[in-house]
Amino acid sequence: MQIDDDRLTEHGLDAAAGQGRVLLLACGALAHEILALKRANGWAHMDLTCLPANLHLYPEKIPAAVEAAVEKHRAAYAQIFVVYADCGTGGLLQAKCAELGVGMLEGPHCYSFFEGNATFAAHAEEEFSAFYLTDFLVKQFDAFVWKPMGLDRHPELRDMYFGNYTKLVYLAQTEDPALDARARDCAGRLGLAYERRFTGYGDLAAELARIG
Amino acid sequence: MVTNMSDEDEEIILSELPDEDLVPQMHDDLYDGLKDEVVEGVNILLERGWTPYRILTEALVGGMKIVGEDFRDGILFVPEVLLAANSMKAGMSILKPLLVETGAPRVGKMVIGTVKGDIHDIGKNLVSMMMEGAGFEVVDLGINNPVENYLEALDTEQPDILGMSALLTTTMPYMKVVIDAMVEKGVRDDYIVLVGGAPLNEEFGRAIGADAYCRDAAVAVETAKTLVGRKHNQMHA
Repeated sequence: MQIDDDRLTEHGLDAAAGQGRVLLLACGALAHEILALKRANGWAHMDLTCLPANLHLYPEKIPAAVEAAVEKHRAAYAQIFVVYADCGTGGLLQAKCAELGVGMLEGPHCYSFFEGNATFAAHAEEEFSAFYLTDFLVKQFDAFVWKPMGLDRHPELRDMYFGNYTKLVYLAQTEDPALDARARDCAGRLGLAYERRFTGYGDLAAELARIG
Repeated sequence: MVTNMSDEDEEIILSELPDEDLVPQMHDDLYDGLKDEVVEGVNILLERGWTPYRILTEALVGGMKIVGEDFRDGILFVPEVLLAANSMKAGMSILKPLLVETGAPRVGKMVIGTVKGDIHDIGKNLVSMMMEGAGFEVVDLGINNPVENYLEALDTEQPDILGMSALLTTTMPYMKVVIDAMVEKGVRDDYIVLVGGAPLNEEFGRAIGADAYCRDAAVAVETAKTLVGRKHNQMHA
């Protein structure tokens, strides 16, 4: 299935056909990776539906959006698993999932669980001045970084946002030289040094594999 | 210099405006992030004999208050707020030395800093600026502050308020480390502790033992004024 990234950012994905026992209720930024894992592992018991990835621009809206989606789909599935990390909700998403009786991913952000939460946490103290991108965020850099921060209209604001950062780290889920080049370009636009680190799907693969 | 009014496409010569029109025009220019025009407005009012404190409160803080309200209501977004803040900062840089010379009411003193492991300072800088605009003396510790920096600053600066900021879910628990250290040292109740940052909420503020969570710079100023006023009343009661 070919999925348009702009659509994942703005609208999400409604691919819950009601055929599986388990619904993965995910952030649109994770659609490609989850579908790749489903294909690779033959997880036919899982359906996927995604909320718009651009909810991350307003993290305070994520818990209510997740709740509405859980209520919408609950009757059709034996289990719903929320494929979000904390994502800037300050623990409110976790509290909401507990209240709804659904599981969710561990970790603060997608770039943490892609690298592996333990690995990410282990170097957090040395790398707190890094700005992270994933495959999806490289592809949607303008929609998630450049335009919402107003840098398309006011490039003079760049150093107010990024002056304290030292490098951009591209945590790559796939081997893709074109994305590598784009990520390097993103680093240049932000005035940051560039580093690429291949992560694969990290903890996401292990977490989804545990779902029955 | 002239300002272009987009809705009427008329050129406005700031120096020709009477005070009662110039101040609202400066609010508009601040709102639109027109730094040069704001600076020009400040200089015109100084030439007209306005005190630096009156220019600060009526022209700059008054304008920034509108920006803050529209940000809270979802009409303005972060880039526009930053442009407005830059304009206010430019105006304040003219007024600051003059305020020292001419004197201005001092409401209280605040030490503020972003916590250890966190380099985000946009919100903190906005709070610092608005607190200064409201008459607080602000000692800004910058970013990535370990507990020792806070304790040392409390000791040397003796502020009324300690402000802590964090943008990350992973760094916000460090605020509790600082508050716990203050408790251990027996100085927690000597200060008002205000916390803020995107992933925080009131519940978190309560849970870590802060006096208040402030969701934006305007709330921080109002909360600071209220709590400092209460503290002073208690001291004099």
